[in-house]
Amino acid sequence: MIPLANDYFLVLIFLFLAIIMAVIRIVKGPTAPDRIVGLDTINTIVIVGMVIFGAAYNEVIYIDVAIVYALLSFVSTLFIAKYLQGDDF
Amino acid sequence: MISIVNIIIYILLGIGVFFNLLAGVGLLRFPDVYTRLHAGTKCTTFGSIFIIGSVVILGLQTWYQGNVNGSVLAIHSLIALIAILITNPAGAHAIARAAHKSGVMPVNAVVDDLKQAKSKKPKKEESE
Repeated sequence: MIPLANDYFLVLIFLFLAIIMAVIRIVKGPTAPDRIVGLDTINTIVIVGMVIFGAAYNEVIYIDVAIVYALLSFVSTLFIAKYLQGDDF
Repeated sequence: MISIVNIIIYILLGIGVFFNLLAGVGLLRFPDVYTRLHAGTKCTTFGSIFIIGSVVILGLQTWYQGNVNGSVLAIHSLIALIAILITNPAGAHAIARAAHKSGVMPVNAVVDDLKQAKSKKPKKEESE
């Protein structure tokens, strides 16, 4: 734990509020691209939250997990977009 | 003890959290897929630059104070930031293209330039 850890946990609470708003958009979203936009936003905020968490506990392994999560969520977003746009690949 | 480095870290964290919250509010309030994409992708990219920048400054500070773990923290956070900066706009582009191809139009849209450009293209090739 670092001296700034409490402030970083406050930042995590605000990021959690943003994630809740994106989840409301995923539940309410009228079309499928709306839901994907919410999912992409949640992915980015989770990456930032992992970096904040690793800085607060002074553990670098969480930030490595965040890097891998960023690349894998990019691949999943591309696959869902390819699936949405129909059969002409 | 609050040094000037801590003040810089607090300011960067405040800007980043503000823009990430704006992304959530924009996702809820905008009327359209494309405007929601605008809010949800650009605001999170811009906010994550500042939040991860604060973590990088924290790592450099701990490295300056003699702890070698700080350099590892700063470099890995920078790599995560570069991954976000490359993948997030590309994913947004793919989502917008998929939304247009799956038939979702913007609210109050009058002209569809992409569809007109695609319908004009084969005619030009035939005439030439």
